[in-house]
Amino acid sequence: MTLAHAVAQTGNGFLSPTGVEIAFLLVGVATLAAAVLTVTTRQLVHAALWLVVALGGLAVEYLLLTAEFIAWVQVLIYVGSVVVLLLFGLMLTKAPIGRSPDADSGNRAAALTVAAAAAAALVWVVVDAFRTTWIDLEGPAQGSTRVTGEILFRHWVLPFEALSVLLLAALVGAIVLSRRSPEGREGKS
Amino acid sequence: MHLVYPAVLSVLLFCTGLYGVLARRNAILVLMSVELMLNAVNLNLVAFDVWLRDALHSGQALTLFTIAIAAAEIGIGLAIVLMVYRNRGTSDIDRLRDTAEGREPPGGPAPAEKAEATA
Repeated sequence: MTLAHAVAQTGNGFLSPTGVEIAFLLVGVATLAAAVLTVTTRQLVHAALWLVVALGGLAVEYLLLTAEFIAWVQVLIYVGSVVVLLLFGLMLTKAPIGRSPDADSGNRAAALTVAAAAAAALVWVVVDAFRTTWIDLEGPAQGSTRVTGEILFRHWVLPFEALSVLLLAALVGAIVLSRRSPEGREGKS
Repeated sequence: MHLVYPAVLSVLLFCTGLYGVLARRNAILVLMSVELMLNAVNLNLVAFDVWLRDALHSGQALTLFTIAIAAAEIGIGLAIVLMVYRNRGTSDIDRLRDTAEGREPPGGPAPAEKAEATA
């Protein structure tokens, strides 16, 4: 029914992609290439910078799916803070600048096998299941800041507050873990 | 938009992250791969939320929660990695084999390191 409806409405199909689909595909290819470079490059700092490209590409994909608020949250939190944290971590563990030959461990072939098998199985299942399904992107944006704020503070208030407690606990935990206790004395707290 | 495009992109990103988690040696690179996997899940959540036109927008709310939890996770994870690096002088996960079964580490520095780590 969905297929007939969609085809009758806009003539959707693999052979007549819309502009949004073409943009999604192009950005998706760039995102995937950046992700592959992230996990295969031998320069540790470059891995973090390719991660920026991958996460930014995902933000563009969210925009194309009309989830604006999530896209900007992605830019702010992932590109803004998580990557900076990762770069600081690389710096504080004295990661070598330049090529490091031991960036990959010995079980690379096994990892490649597992990842390829998982990708093949999942792509097969997903394509088989959603071959005739189209997303209707018409109408008002479903992820604008107004909509997201309304559903978040009308229906999801309790999880939201619990999440803030979790963030506080994580903050305290990170501080306690990374605090250097004074020499020769045990930390009191 | 065809639903297969975001779903397949999400699958491929997840498997890329899976490869990174299994194949990387540096703990921080493993954390980066975990971030890739979390982002793949987020893309799936957003795509299916937009497809289903859920009145509660559960997918987008869960995506926001996942992003917040990922931020907490990366903070705690980096703190642990830095502590391990301070105690052991390395953050390569191949060499942290204290709790591995079956293979005794040669030499005697392991108990001293353990005592230092728990101090």
